[in-house]
Amino acid sequence: MNLRTFLLGTCSAAALAGLTHAGWAQAETLTIATVNNGDMIRMQKLTDDFTSKNPDIQLEWVTLEENVLRQRVTTDIATKGGQYDIMTIGTYEVPIWAKQGWLLPLDNLGPEYDVDDLLPAIRSGLTIDGKLYAAPFYGESSMVMYRKDLFEKAGLTMPDAPTWEFVAEAARKITDKSNEIYGICLRGKAGWGENMAFLTATANAFGARWFDENWKPQFDQPEWKNALDFYVKLMNDAGPPGASSNGFNENLSLFQTGKCGMWIDATVAASFVTNPKESTVADKVGFALAPDTGLGKRGNWLWAWNLAVPAGTQKAEAAQKFIAWATGKEYLNLVAEKEGWANVPPGTRISLYENPEYQKAAPFAKMTLDSINAADPKNPAVKPVPYVGVQFVAIPEFQGLGTAVGQVFSAALAGQMSVDQALASAQQLSTREMTKAGYIK
Amino acid sequence: MARNVSTGRKLITTVVAWTIGILIFFPILWTFLTSFKTEAQAIASPPVFLFFDWTTENYAEVQSRSDYLKHFMNSVIVSFGSTLLGLLIAIPSAWAMAFSPTKRTKDVLMWMLSTKMMPPVGVLVPMYLIFRNWGLLDTRTGLVIVLTLINLPIIIWMLYTYFKEIPGEILEAARMDGASLSKEIIYVLTPMAIPGIASTLLLNIILAWNEAFWTLNLSAAKAAPLTAFIASYSSPEGLFYAKLSAASTMAIAPILILGWFSQKQLVRGLTFGAVK
Amino acid sequence: MRVPFSEPRRLHTGDAMATLHTRSAARLMIAPSVLLLLAWMIVPLAMTLYFSLLRYNLLMPGMEEFAGLTNYTYFLTDPAFFQAIFNTLAIVLGVLFITVVGGTALALLLDQPMFGQGIVRILVIAPFLIMPTVAALVWKNMFMNPVNGLFAWLAKLLGLQPFDFLANAPLLSIILIVAWQWLPFATLILLTALQSLDEEQKEAAQMDGAGAVSRFIYLVLPHLSRAITVVILIQTIFLLSVFAEILVTTNGGPGTQSTNLTFLVYAQALLQFDVGGASAGGIIAVILANIVAFFLMRMIGKTLEA
Repeated sequence: MNLRTFLLGTCSAAALAGLTHAGWAQAETLTIATVNNGDMIRMQKLTDDFTSKNPDIQLEWVTLEENVLRQRVTTDIATKGGQYDIMTIGTYEVPIWAKQGWLLPLDNLGPEYDVDDLLPAIRSGLTIDGKLYAAPFYGESSMVMYRKDLFEKAGLTMPDAPTWEFVAEAARKITDKSNEIYGICLRGKAGWGENMAFLTATANAFGARWFDENWKPQFDQPEWKNALDFYVKLMNDAGPPGASSNGFNENLSLFQTGKCGMWIDATVAASFVTNPKESTVADKVGFALAPDTGLGKRGNWLWAWNLAVPAGTQKAEAAQKFIAWATGKEYLNLVAEKEGWANVPPGTRISLYENPEYQKAAPFAKMTLDSINAADPKNPAVKPVPYVGVQFVAIPEFQGLGTAVGQVFSAALAGQMSVDQALASAQQLSTREMTKAGYIK
Repeated sequence: MARNVSTGRKLITTVVAWTIGILIFFPILWTFLTSFKTEAQAIASPPVFLFFDWTTENYAEVQSRSDYLKHFMNSVIVSFGSTLLGLLIAIPSAWAMAFSPTKRTKDVLMWMLSTKMMPPVGVLVPMYLIFRNWGLLDTRTGLVIVLTLINLPIIIWMLYTYFKEIPGEILEAARMDGASLSKEIIYVLTPMAIPGIASTLLLNIILAWNEAFWTLNLSAAKAAPLTAFIASYSSPEGLFYAKLSAASTMAIAPILILGWFSQKQLVRGLTFGAVK
Repeated sequence: MRVPFSEPRRLHTGDAMATLHTRSAARLMIAPSVLLLLAWMIVPLAMTLYFSLLRYNLLMPGMEEFAGLTNYTYFLTDPAFFQAIFNTLAIVLGVLFITVVGGTALALLLDQPMFGQGIVRILVIAPFLIMPTVAALVWKNMFMNPVNGLFAWLAKLLGLQPFDFLANAPLLSIILIVAWQWLPFATLILLTALQSLDEEQKEAAQMDGAGAVSRFIYLVLPHLSRAITVVILIQTIFLLSVFAEILVTTNGGPGTQSTNLTFLVYAQALLQFDVGGASAGGIIAVILANIVAFFLMRMIGKTLEA
């Protein structure tokens, strides 16, 4: 029967695929999970350089959108699924996973790697008990990106270290809704790594904090009310429509198409907004430090996307070889040679910021470095806190909790609830979760 | 058509129906058009409809980033494999239910359908653990098994309703001639059931092709079908409408073309055999 | 007309020996699929039930401990729980309403003589063939986006303020996207049913002087009732667990305004990595789905047997 032969064929094909999967192949195949961000896609395209130097290693890429990626790798590593040999993870995951023994220490990166060249701020977040558990691929803080032409037209000058008061005033002045110019674009899309990254960091500048020393949520305190009130009002007056569904990518598109006067977001965006191939405002962008309110903390965060080796892999040696290639100095030169210095993955190496060619090609270099150095994850808020992390709280529960609170704040931005309701709801939510998780006895 | 309809009325109906048809189809058409624009044109306001510089750079970009053919082959193997395996298991069951029903047949059928109502996320971790223990993670075999089980209730239900259509007298006649059970199935039933089986096959291939939860969560690199391919374009940095459109077009085109070419069977399939 | 659930056929009367033989053979033939589905249902369900009684977070292995019904208490008292149930029902009912009404209207239209009916059918069928993720991405970015979307452009063309669909009417937007995907399904089933309506019957009714409206109510609608039942049954099964569309467009928000039960379980499982809580949610969702299934069964039984 036709049907049956076809099916048999399919089954045996599948079985065969299963066999080769078991690993008889001559060359070692590394499966790499990564985010679909621009720098990673560039790395994927440049891997010929690696495979030609290491002919016995082949690479398989799993490139996914950030949230999907995070779910996939977390499920896999926590259940010891063993599907990946290298994972791209954030600064948030590294210490939590390393403590669980899920990551292998990177102690075999080779003599040329020069670990001491890594930016200390970034490196310390990836080091646990003196061992490096992940290598930074690119690092970022947050800063203000603004349109010099629009500021000039409005008769404004952006200081290097602006206050929130000035930013708000300028945003309202620049806004020209009939011409689709919005004074300020900020994240509003719910998610712990989306609006809550921005809001948590900003709240620090307003003197607010997530928890007090006894892990009691602080959303019922006046500092949070000030911060959230300020944000919602500013966005209603000077933000783009649909701000509550805008994350990093959406705002990037808006800014690149000339619709934002200011955008406060990750420093890594600087190379995108100044790239004339992608941005219509490439030659009109200026940079400044993230704003403060005079309380001593700036809302600039610290983040890096890093490559790490899960403890379950059989191919640790090859994996470290690849990591040494992708995060090493040579890779920066390779990108510079092929795509220009401005497109080099930023924020990981001291030597890059000392390189005059980079300084010349990347007008945002100094501001990026200053922002990264100004971030203080161990001491993020004005008041003392029991946690580490500027734009997140480095506890496993934060992903869920941060996203739930993010939803509520996003609803406040969309006008679906008042700021007071949102804060009350956030307080209730986080008290509930923290009690459930056993932080609050 | 026995009715006499004035040409005028026919024209009006034509215009209205075409307008609605194009409106319903428009999102797909728009995706297709956008896939040939540059990123800047893709978000231009006012939008450009047909008069832009058609470019295939997005397709080249997508192809340079992901191995389309690999994902495509995985999708084909997984959706065809699971549907055929499902048919193999379902045909005897549906046959038995249709021709020797008991009081419980209806309950069994409803119970089978109700297994489809379980939210898959709720059982993801258990499934992941089972798959890991059996070495099925990121294998096409694993995906075939899951999709077979997911679509089995629908396959059985559809086949059951088709088989009920076959007049019992024919079988009776065959039995009088001394045909055995297996001969009964092969020589009498199968030829009559082929249209129904074809429809079932087609509809389930579509359902399997578009299944995005299990295929995405249980695969990584080797077995990843087109649903995973799409997930790498869904919200990248920078302008992405044109690239997303190109990737989307590549992911949906095969099944769209298959559906169009076998429209007749598909329509019959969609009716789940329950409506003539 | 086909009768899916009818009494045993004439075939077996007066054929007792054959019946006995076929009965056992029949059992044997049903067995594989029943056993497989039973395993598919029971194994994960049993594990889920077990996990639901544990304090088990994927990110903190080795800390599992028996937690009794705590997970259930937390899931049931989740502030979003009742909203999620409401949203689940709203999505099911909203999509059913649009597809059944729209599908009937469209089927009536397509049943009229016209030029190029085949092509129109091809156009109408297409959304059903599209991956839900792709459909949601296209609608979200290229149509509903309040700055770059086509709807925003249309609004501006008409001198209106662009409407931010996903922020101001999230549930409605999702219902619209899902309904777009399922409209072809309803339309085609209803069209097939309409085409089987006897031409003579229609003409007879016309001769009796029945108007178009009463013809529709007394002749067409009863004829369509079985087809509508099928639409409702199949769509409900798929609509109860709508997920990809929500994940891609609104992520359940703003707030929890577009969170359905599946999405709530998802948030527990893949954002909190709280396996215990997600398992409890899964069990609750299964129970609720079975309640819906029970009602559906009674409804289907009545219409399909008649």
